[in-house]
Amino acid sequence: MCVLQWGIRMRLDIHKDFPILDQNIHGRPLVYLDSAASSQKPKAVIEAMTHYYEHDHANIHRGIYTLSERATVLHDQARDRVKQFINAKSSAEIIFVRGTTEAINLAAHSYGRSQLRAGDEIIVSVMEHHANIVPWQMLAASVGAHIKVIPLLPTGDLDMENYASLFSPRTRLVAITHASNVLGTVNPIKKITAIAHAHHVPVLVDGAQAVPHLSVDVQDLDCDFYVFSAHKMYGPTGIGVLYGKQALLENMPPWQGGGDMIAQVSFSGTTYAPLPAKFEAGTPAIAEAIGLHAAIDYIETIGMPAIMAHEAALMAYAKTRLGDIPGFRFIGMAKEKVGVIAFTLDDIHPHDMGTILDRSGIAIRAGHHCAMPLVMSLGLPAVARVSFGIYSRRADVDALVKGLYAVKKVLA
Amino acid sequence: MTAELRELYQSVIIDHGRHPRNFGALANANHHHEGFNPLCGDRILIHAQTQNDRVEKIMFEGSGCAISMASASLMSDLLLKKTRAEIETVFADFHQLITTGHANQDLGKLRVMSGVHEFPLRVKCATLAWHALLAALRDVSGKVTTEDEEPI
Repeated sequence: MCVLQWGIRMRLDIHKDFPILDQNIHGRPLVYLDSAASSQKPKAVIEAMTHYYEHDHANIHRGIYTLSERATVLHDQARDRVKQFINAKSSAEIIFVRGTTEAINLAAHSYGRSQLRAGDEIIVSVMEHHANIVPWQMLAASVGAHIKVIPLLPTGDLDMENYASLFSPRTRLVAITHASNVLGTVNPIKKITAIAHAHHVPVLVDGAQAVPHLSVDVQDLDCDFYVFSAHKMYGPTGIGVLYGKQALLENMPPWQGGGDMIAQVSFSGTTYAPLPAKFEAGTPAIAEAIGLHAAIDYIETIGMPAIMAHEAALMAYAKTRLGDIPGFRFIGMAKEKVGVIAFTLDDIHPHDMGTILDRSGIAIRAGHHCAMPLVMSLGLPAVARVSFGIYSRRADVDALVKGLYAVKKVLA
Repeated sequence: MTAELRELYQSVIIDHGRHPRNFGALANANHHHEGFNPLCGDRILIHAQTQNDRVEKIMFEGSGCAISMASASLMSDLLLKKTRAEIETVFADFHQLITTGHANQDLGKLRVMSGVHEFPLRVKCATLAWHALLAALRDVSGKVTTEDEEPI
């Protein structure tokens, strides 16, 4: 056991819960520093999904037989677990989708196309991931709406004064990230929703980078939609969540049609199922929902306060060690950050850095990080990024520091 | 440092990457094209000046990694006086070199790029400028991206 700041105890052997981390890449122990792109999976998640396929699989809401009933119960339990995890009021507010991207597309299609008209406005920020830009651009193009963009302060924080000034009588939606996938900046969502609600404008929050690192309480944030993916929070790929306030979801038209989302079908007219089924046409990702359930259990067994303390301590250590490297420059120095560090090193292109580090077993991200407007606004063609997870250790930072000195040597 | 890395980042490549030859605008160019690698955001704008179907001068602008800059720089030096058809043949051999480590013909100075074949993810970096040059010579409008790359 190791005693961290604030007296929170966390197991030192968390690394061992993740089988994939126990391997060599190019003959060197894997140092995985790309958790913001996708986290690795603990044995508990892998086993939960395997167990389901080996013992409980059948289609849900179908059979009157035992297996189908078991699968249905497990799927429902996963939804209830998500409801609890983000403190939604009701499980009917939890819509399972393929991931964050699909959740935003669902909101843009269903809410957007039914509510927005020509001349209406959508507010986004310059730090958004492409997933929280392009669906709104497509919506804007189809209905004749406009997009307004909140700029950043030099620290990497949102310019909140500018944000407040962007509202007009035509503003219909704010779509904003909870935490930036490049800068790590955590945005003041409560303030953002309060300002929007004063103008009677709903807020969609992209929580993809926040859910693995922060306690999220959608009622406390008072956001209207909250979206995230399982695979960035130690769960499987292929499943994510659209949370929406029940009254909003009730009034939204279905997005995709098919089985499971109907009450009654006839050629003279079809009636739709109540929430959440209305938005879940077709056989869902059942095993993935069970994997997500296991991931939440895993996170909560360790405890979000312990995770936050661990990541804060690791970030402090990384800032000191990396800051000592000559030519190392941090990009984005917001006060509140998740475990993400974007940087440049001398004038070395991040792609060259990534290739050289990979030969030392170190996985980092290089490029525009699916946030081209942000990276271009920084005046850089590309940046390098390291990001931490629950399993990241000081030894990973030490390996990175050593690797970056090797990069400098190769390209000297 | 591994042998593969030494092979990839030879001093010639680092030199061309850091001090690219023929870097800048070209006043008399009659062909232009922009190449873009969406994977990493690298952009190379190629300017070529031809006379009687032969390339007289190649210049380029943009930003990218050491491999894409060095490849553009070497290319701009080594393809002068060639026709488009001849350049297409050189590119086919160059592509073979950087994907297999061997080439049909002696590619001269371009051989320093052979180390790329150990790094399949970097083939697109090495071909970006070439795709842009060929598109420029074909007078293709718009922008080529490395995602259009076809096996040759």
